[in-house]
Amino acid sequence: MKIPMKYIIRNFRTRRLTTMITVFGIALVVFVFAAVLMMAYGIQRTLVATGSPDNVLVARKAANGEISSIILRNDYNTVLTLPHIAKDPNSQPLVSGETVVIINIYKKAGGLSNVTVRGVAPQAFTIRPQVKIVEGRQFTTGAREVIVGASVAKNFVNTAVGEKITFGGDTWTIVGRFDAGSGFNSEIWGDNDQLQAAFRRQGGYSTVTFKLDQSDAFSSFKAAFDREPRLQQFEPKKEQRFFEEQSEDMALFIRILGIFITIIFSFGATIGAMITMYAAVANRTVEVGTMRALGFRRRSILTAFLTESLTISLIGGLIGLVFASFLQFFSISTLNFSSFSELEFSFALSPSIIIWSLFFTLMMGFLGGFLPAVRASRLNIVNALRSA
Amino acid sequence: MRILKLILKNSLRHKLRTFLTILGMSIAVMAFGVLRTVVEMWYEGVEAAAPNRLITRHAVSFIFPLPYSYREQIAKVPGIETVSFANWFGGTYIDKNKFFARMAVDPETIFDVYPEFIIDAKELETFKRERNSCIVGYEIAKQYGFKIGDIIPLDGDIYPGKWEFVVRGIYKPRTQSTDATQMLFHFSAVDERMKVEMPGREGLIGWYIVKIKDPNQAGTISDQIDALYKNSSNATKTETERAFTQSFISGLNSLLAAMNFVSFVIIGIIMLVLGNTMIMSARERIQEYAVLKTLGFSGGHLIGLILGESLVISAFGAGLGLFLTYPVVATIAAIVPKGFFPYFFITPTTLILSATSALSIGLLASIFPIQRAIGTKIVDGLRHIG
Amino acid sequence: MPNSLIQIQNISKSYWRDSIEIPVLNDITLDVHEGEFLALMGPSGSGKTTLLNLIAGIDRPSKGTITVNGTNIASLSESALAKWRSHNIGFVFQFYNLIPVLTAFENVELPLLLTSLSKANRRKHVELALNVVGLGDRIHHYPKQLSGGQEQRVAIARAIVTDPTLLVADEPTGDLDKRSAEEIMVLLDRLNQEYKKTIVMVTHDPRAAERAHVQRHLDKGELT
Repeated sequence: MKIPMKYIIRNFRTRRLTTMITVFGIALVVFVFAAVLMMAYGIQRTLVATGSPDNVLVARKAANGEISSIILRNDYNTVLTLPHIAKDPNSQPLVSGETVVIINIYKKAGGLSNVTVRGVAPQAFTIRPQVKIVEGRQFTTGAREVIVGASVAKNFVNTAVGEKITFGGDTWTIVGRFDAGSGFNSEIWGDNDQLQAAFRRQGGYSTVTFKLDQSDAFSSFKAAFDREPRLQQFEPKKEQRFFEEQSEDMALFIRILGIFITIIFSFGATIGAMITMYAAVANRTVEVGTMRALGFRRRSILTAFLTESLTISLIGGLIGLVFASFLQFFSISTLNFSSFSELEFSFALSPSIIIWSLFFTLMMGFLGGFLPAVRASRLNIVNALRSA
Repeated sequence: MRILKLILKNSLRHKLRTFLTILGMSIAVMAFGVLRTVVEMWYEGVEAAAPNRLITRHAVSFIFPLPYSYREQIAKVPGIETVSFANWFGGTYIDKNKFFARMAVDPETIFDVYPEFIIDAKELETFKRERNSCIVGYEIAKQYGFKIGDIIPLDGDIYPGKWEFVVRGIYKPRTQSTDATQMLFHFSAVDERMKVEMPGREGLIGWYIVKIKDPNQAGTISDQIDALYKNSSNATKTETERAFTQSFISGLNSLLAAMNFVSFVIIGIIMLVLGNTMIMSARERIQEYAVLKTLGFSGGHLIGLILGESLVISAFGAGLGLFLTYPVVATIAAIVPKGFFPYFFITPTTLILSATSALSIGLLASIFPIQRAIGTKIVDGLRHIG
Repeated sequence: MPNSLIQIQNISKSYWRDSIEIPVLNDITLDVHEGEFLALMGPSGSGKTTLLNLIAGIDRPSKGTITVNGTNIASLSESALAKWRSHNIGFVFQFYNLIPVLTAFENVELPLLLTSLSKANRRKHVELALNVVGLGDRIHHYPKQLSGGQEQRVAIARAIVTDPTLLVADEPTGDLDKRSAEEIMVLLDRLNQEYKKTIVMVTHDPRAAERAHVQRHLDKGELT
């Protein structure tokens, strides 16, 4: 005989306070768990979106980020001789040799931070079509003009269109604001030649990015690259892969720290649930004895209590998830370990995060309720009835 | 104090429940301690900065180099004892995970401006003499097994090419907050090679380290140094080492704020676990409390009993939690490569915060049960069926 | 003429349930003399337990005064009342109400913790009380290791250990079998005859009531 769900649900109302506390505890744990995963996923998603699937980025092998990579003029020219580089209608290669540096700007929230400034070639906009000017205009080649990413304008002082920034011994006018829906939003872009001259880096570039002539040509390109003895110190990567790697350190750190914290929390919540369930069992020994006397089997008792525990934790978990999903409206701007400059990203929810959260919830409910349920099922009928 | 015996017996009434409560609390206290330690270690660098050291760097950002020639001019500013410099070399040792700070420095002055790096005089002499030598910090030597005479190969990125440096000394940290994870070698070794391989890149250093005589003069001297180069193409920004270190951390503000927030949430969890237990115990004992009142025990006595039990449990929870924090912190310190967290230790502040949080929770968690016990009339309590 | 130990004058008591007033006792006047053994009887809901609670100082009357040994207990504050109870009242409950985590010895010792007696003195009193009730050999057992009758004896020992002015018992034999009930009543009788304890007892067991000197009946809140 199965014990009806009605019995299980009604019992919640008799121990309202402690049940609510347990639900709240679990909701909190799931909220933190989901939030942490959403943060790490948010960083990765922002950075992966930075790259386009057809683009390749060449950087120095040993470099830990774009700012410590150097490609001299000669080597840049050598790269241009390789096959599979797409060309525009005028047979000009779709290549952008870029100079990447960091400057300090004050954040609106206070304090100084690092912002990436990227000198790009005109082709940069062709090979990165996701970058769109949303306010003002494109910078003029040859002028001391720059455009700022949407996140820069949002988080830093004096970075609105029309204002001026001073760096590289000169003042630059911000003529436009762009939105790329990715990590580029945390950057300031300008004409590469102008920026190179200002920073006295005419000798070479930081990195070189180009578009493949065919989507699947990367492996042939790489083969040709590896055969070239002069380019041994450098390495080509798909642009998406390169930027994804820039997210790995940070994402890993957040995930490890976050999961460590969440596991600790889950111990707390599971123990709380266990204490609650043990008390529930202790208080209902007479009932359990009665039900057994009526003919319900041990297994049904165990299932009933276990179901109660799982239901409590599921409710808590869903509440936690719902609140966590609201985090998607928030974004965080912080220093990215790999690039050493600011990156704005928002919390991102994925189906896998939802599934993991629910699985985690049910685990807590199961672990919290199993032993007490076993105890309930093992009660001796006569003793249970007598304990009134 | 026989009441204490009653308190202890009450706690042991449900051994399993008390054990679980203490366990739950201890794990949360441990997590709080570990999290706070991570946050504190980031700020420790700021705290450990010397008040008589200034850092002069490029005004635009630290990734832009300054001319080596600035040195003589800076040295002429009044109030300065020693001028030294460092250059972030970067590069990779075997793979990117084996990260530690690699600096090209001035061997003659570097240990003068960093007296907390303790080096044997003979080793220092050898280091000064041999241009391709290096001195490594004790922690790095320990982690990677570097011994005097070993060759450390580096794959340069900012300074391209393959490099090799011979270990001629190992420096020890003066305090537990001193960074013992740096690799220091001759700036001239790097500079000479740049002259040949990448002309135009020689004669440039990363930042100046200025040791001043009187820390109170820090502001004045900083302004004076910056005034020298205000209108040049390589303007400088000079600040105390503390401010310089602080500026690195300010980029991480959001992350640190999030971690601090999470520590509070942890405190909340501890409260829930303990509070839950106390409420349950109180509910079961309403009848008993009524009996005690009948016998003549006053409200004050009951408060003492309930509060006492709550504090005993939280004291055990805190104690166990703190006890567990040490091995966890030690494990993290052992696992994370030294270059990322040069030091990782529990500060007294963390210990005190953990202990007081747990005990205040012990106090707070007993409020509701106390209210219940005091507020229930004797006759109602006697009638109550748990 | 023995002295009047307890003077109950025009006592009324009502309870409030939501906003409805439920009268339980109606203008009761009663005297209990020193050394008396009084049984309060009546049907369920007659208010006898309520009257007992008022005499014992664990509840307050709505109207009227109760004077015990010269003190008007209705006028005392809560903490003063608690102190008064510890010196003057020994309470015996129907369900014994022993503290489960304490041994018999420790249960009896409990009221003495409110005094300033030394540990050695307390031990003397406890042993004496336990001897009086005839439980010298089980003093280190826990309540769950004792039979119902034995538990009630421990409860009585606890009630007399402070040598209170008045013993108050609420259905002391209600949960016991015939033989144990008889033993408890014999004990109460002895306490009254030999040790001159004043006892007010609520019961609806006629055999228990027979042991008392005086029987008063309550019905619907009034003495009959």
